[in-house]
Amino acid sequence: MSTKPVMAASSEATVSRRGFLMKLGILFNGFAAMVLAVPIVRFLSSSVTRGRANAYLSWVPLGSIDKFPEGETRLATFQNPYVMPTDGKTVDTACWVRRIAGDKFQVFAINCAHLGCPVRWFQQSGLFMCPCHGGAYYRDGSRASGPPERGLFEYPYEVKDGVLTIQAGELPTPGAAMASLCTEKPPCA
Amino acid sequence: MRMIAKVGEWFDHRLQLAAPIREAAEHPVPRNTASWFYVFGSAALTVFILQLVTGILLALIYVPSAGEAWSSLQALNHQVALGWFIRAMHGWGSNFMVAIVLIHMVQVFLFGAHKFPRELTWVIGVFLLLMTLGMAFSGQVLRFDQDAYWGLGIGASIASRVPIAGPAIVKLMLGGPIIAGATLSRFFALHVFVIPGMLIAFVGLHVLMVLKLGINEWPMPGRIVKRATYERDYHALTKSEGAPFVPYAVWKDLFFAGFIILAVAACALYFGPFGPTGQPDPTIIQTAPKPDYFFLWLYALLSLLPPSMETPFLLIVPPVAIIALILLPFLSGEGEKSWKRRPIAVLTVLLIAITLGTFTRMAQFAPWSPHMNAWSGDPVPDRFVHGTTALERQGALVFQVKQCRNCHSLGDTGGKRGPALDSVAVRLTNDQLIRQVIQGGGNMPAYGNNLSPAETTALVAFLESLHPAGQAPAHDASREVVLSDSDHKEAIAQR
Repeated sequence: MSTKPVMAASSEATVSRRGFLMKLGILFNGFAAMVLAVPIVRFLSSSVTRGRANAYLSWVPLGSIDKFPEGETRLATFQNPYVMPTDGKTVDTACWVRRIAGDKFQVFAINCAHLGCPVRWFQQSGLFMCPCHGGAYYRDGSRASGPPERGLFEYPYEVKDGVLTIQAGELPTPGAAMASLCTEKPPCA
Repeated sequence: MRMIAKVGEWFDHRLQLAAPIREAAEHPVPRNTASWFYVFGSAALTVFILQLVTGILLALIYVPSAGEAWSSLQALNHQVALGWFIRAMHGWGSNFMVAIVLIHMVQVFLFGAHKFPRELTWVIGVFLLLMTLGMAFSGQVLRFDQDAYWGLGIGASIASRVPIAGPAIVKLMLGGPIIAGATLSRFFALHVFVIPGMLIAFVGLHVLMVLKLGINEWPMPGRIVKRATYERDYHALTKSEGAPFVPYAVWKDLFFAGFIILAVAACALYFGPFGPTGQPDPTIIQTAPKPDYFFLWLYALLSLLPPSMETPFLLIVPPVAIIALILLPFLSGEGEKSWKRRPIAVLTVLLIAITLGTFTRMAQFAPWSPHMNAWSGDPVPDRFVHGTTALERQGALVFQVKQCRNCHSLGDTGGKRGPALDSVAVRLTNDQLIRQVIQGGGNMPAYGNNLSPAETTALVAFLESLHPAGQAPAHDASREVVLSDSDHKEAIAQR
């Protein structure tokens, strides 16, 4: 108790040795935290930084074009190109392949443009219907009715040596890079 | 007995916890707060502890791997003794927790307990509500089945609508480009470490503040809260007519806590665990995902909002609602506490409750979704084709085969997305029917490209036969004026 006024006086007037060392210690720990923050932030944001350059997208074969009769729309599945050992079945992805004629295709994402539920193709009425909120699309993927604000997402495709290949690798969402891939390039339609 | 007392003394000499615990337990509370209305806070804490216990038990078996989570849930349900019961307790506990937290919040609001000096207690309570909802959603993800998989897709689709940052948020949320192993692992980390850790800390603060500031006294109409005088009045109140919390008020909390635990157990026993539904295999597309009940209102809203309003609504309303909840005690920190003198408060609660309840109820029927199997599963009822012409019967066939029934019901079977067509001929004339079928409109797709002229003729003939026995089909009155007399008779004869 008796030392209190002395301490107060010294800390007001001058920087005490211990007070300085304490501040230095806090500063030192701040530096250590910053050193640690760099790898932590990079670790946490790895999925974002990698995806920024479309590094997740690559060309995936869907099989011989003979599997897809002209004028019809068929379900095809492929394995997502980016795989982690714990993914299980979740890397298997479905898509709708419409062969218009010859080498002309349209490959639609299975995900509704509204909220991503899996759309089903109805050959007889020529419509894709979504089970969640009733979005419907025509056979060319354009919006027919319901809440979606746009048509189905399309994968860019190529036909090489009779094999249909698509550029895939990302969950198609309204904001995703692949959502705009096909609106810019003509080979989709 | 003396031995126990001695051991107790030995520990307390070192821990020095007995005095503060006794002080907390016996702190005086206003007598009229020993009410059954004041038990929901402790009930929420009880269910939270129940969730911690059952959650740890589930973690003994559960495997947070996208490849194995589903089969580990199957093992819990069918292989491990009473694994189904622990799963059911955890699932029902989650439902109870959301419900009790909401009831607690309504009670606090209606009793004016968010007012001075308990503003911060309310704000922390708002965070606790958000964390409870976060636990509910992440818990649904850990039940890694088809609903969880496509539910994540819905979450990602909503997140991707955020301007500029959308795609980055999606990848951060999924831990990669698609819903896969990393997604489940990070939701596991959120559900088991991050959110529970924060919940424990915030619940601790919340309860501490209730102890420090005292429980809200029973609101009396006319007793106005003023910053200058409230705390003095409250202390005078607890002094003059206070009673020690233990045992004066605590017995009701204890009884209700026991009742809630038994109610969760009874639901678990009777209804069993939730799912898991089908395997989380994205190539199985025969699925109609639906969220758990506390998010059903949102699911309904997302269907009923006009498409152009959806994204603004999703991005603006939740932050505004959260900010409004946080600001509430600062905007109305003083004044009347009693619900009897706060009609707008009562009406607001009623409005929100009825809105959420209505949307939840609608989502259970989901009348906006086409019935995917109606065209092949629900035949046109006999009476609609009884005594019809060959053309009309052909039209009934077209009606069935072109999947019109997925959205339109006849005799109460089929989809409810579009209007029921039992008496469509009374509403629409021949011309209007043709136009509607070919061009669509009013949320109906156009079928012009998909029907031959012959099919359209047959379909419209069938639709024109759909009118109640005593009611004539609609007809265009102008046509009778325009057409010559003989044509007119012919047209009438056709009907």
